[in-house]
Amino acid sequence: MISRRRLIGSLGLGAGGLLLSGCDRLDRSPAFRGALRSAEGLTMRAQRLITDRAALAREFSEADMSPVFRSNGNTQIDNPLYKAHAATGFRDWQLVIDGAVGRPMTFSMAQIRAMPIRTQITRHDCVEGWSAIGKWHGVPLKLLLDAAGMRSNARYIVFHCADRFGTSPYYESIDLIDAFHPQTILAWAMNNHVLAVPHGAPLRLRVERQLGYKHAKFVERIEAVASLDHVYGGKGGYWEDVADYEWYAGI
Amino acid sequence: MSGELNEAEVAAGALVKRHRLSTRIWHWINAFAVFAMLMSGLMIFNAHPRLYWGQYGANFDTPWLSIGSTDTAGFVEIGTHRIDTTGVLGRWQDSEGRIQRRAFPHWVTIPSRYSLSGARRWHLAFAWVLAVGLIVYLITALFNHHIQRDLLLTRNELRPRSIWRDIADHVRLRHPTGTAALRYNILQKFAYGGVIFLLLPLIVLTGLTMSPGIDAAWPWLLDLFGGRQSARSLHFIAAMLIALFILVHLIMVVVAGPFNEIRSMITGWFRLPKERAQ
Repeated sequence: MISRRRLIGSLGLGAGGLLLSGCDRLDRSPAFRGALRSAEGLTMRAQRLITDRAALAREFSEADMSPVFRSNGNTQIDNPLYKAHAATGFRDWQLVIDGAVGRPMTFSMAQIRAMPIRTQITRHDCVEGWSAIGKWHGVPLKLLLDAAGMRSNARYIVFHCADRFGTSPYYESIDLIDAFHPQTILAWAMNNHVLAVPHGAPLRLRVERQLGYKHAKFVERIEAVASLDHVYGGKGGYWEDVADYEWYAGI
Repeated sequence: MSGELNEAEVAAGALVKRHRLSTRIWHWINAFAVFAMLMSGLMIFNAHPRLYWGQYGANFDTPWLSIGSTDTAGFVEIGTHRIDTTGVLGRWQDSEGRIQRRAFPHWVTIPSRYSLSGARRWHLAFAWVLAVGLIVYLITALFNHHIQRDLLLTRNELRPRSIWRDIADHVRLRHPTGTAALRYNILQKFAYGGVIFLLLPLIVLTGLTMSPGIDAAWPWLLDLFGGRQSARSLHFIAAMLIALFILVHLIMVVVAGPFNEIRSMITGWFRLPKERAQ
């Protein structure tokens, strides 16, 4: 019979072993990963429960802005077509809105710039941990979506981008709560200047209650979908598909 | 600790009930959750090993603490002070002997290989265990009077002379004997109270302040901590203090008699230490 002294000793050793090598093994186990993943849904539901749907992210004053706003993700694009657009100041850039909408539409940059502007000074939080505060000017996404008209089965809005990671395009998605939020805009200017290429020219999404990777840059197409299952890898975003980041990035 | 013992009836060397079931369950849940949080947190820190004060902070801003590397050395920089940490922080060898230029080394992070998304999965899942456990424990301990009876310092214990005597006893490793060993001493109360009432709530709230979703719901958190980057710095400092507490706690368990101490935290039963020979 095992003595209590030995039992307690081996429990201690077991705990140490579990912590050191076992964590990596647990991390590779699909069942354990599934259990950890269930926390994402819990976090999202809990946040939605305590947050008013229209609760605004804090808006700051000009004095609070970062002296230099760091750019991240793809900051230059090699695609010749994109470069040609950049060379002409995106004069001929077009934004397509299609999918589960009543009237698929195409907007020119001139049309988008002529729409009502919302300006907001907000904090951008990268999943890595850093933050930068900048001023964004753009058209509320709601106005574009209302113009196209959501079909009743639309649940998510997918953003298709002009940048590529290797051969894969960048894409992201949000649900309708965030899509119709007053601070969710397609920004075409930043810090009082027309949006620069490293920050996602000519159009980049601002979805202020979520982390940076949700803020799709170089947006060329907006698609309404009933489900994310058929969007590339099925998890709703580039980083979600290739590196297992959370789809809900409110934390 | 159960306070119903009649001290005169309990002889030194007797087995007595020391820790309540709720305390023991919470202790062991926390033992695992805190390690998962600390180690996955260090991996998250590795994604951006710089800390700032204020609302914003990124690569073009000045950190108050950073961990970095040169071609030959690893270092920690606090303000303008640079401390060489080659081999441990900033620049170290992984398990296959390759040089890695990350802040915290593979043997203190979850996962051991660099993975921000993997670390976030662990951190954001165990955060629920830690936070819900803390709230349930605090409510339970308030209602069963564990807090009032065992954790709060009495006026007598707050006298400088009492505190000084307790420090002197600790330095000389004179542990309480007999029934006195059943009560938390003054430094223990400071340490446990500091972790339970200060560090754990602080680390939960500063963690929430880093969430852009929570900031929209509860913007007062940003005012309380002076911004998201300040909250991130305080979160890190609180984590390091909790790690320090664990280190001292484990040393004290070993010094005080690991078998008896660990048994009392598993089964609840504790053997009263015999009086010292005078």
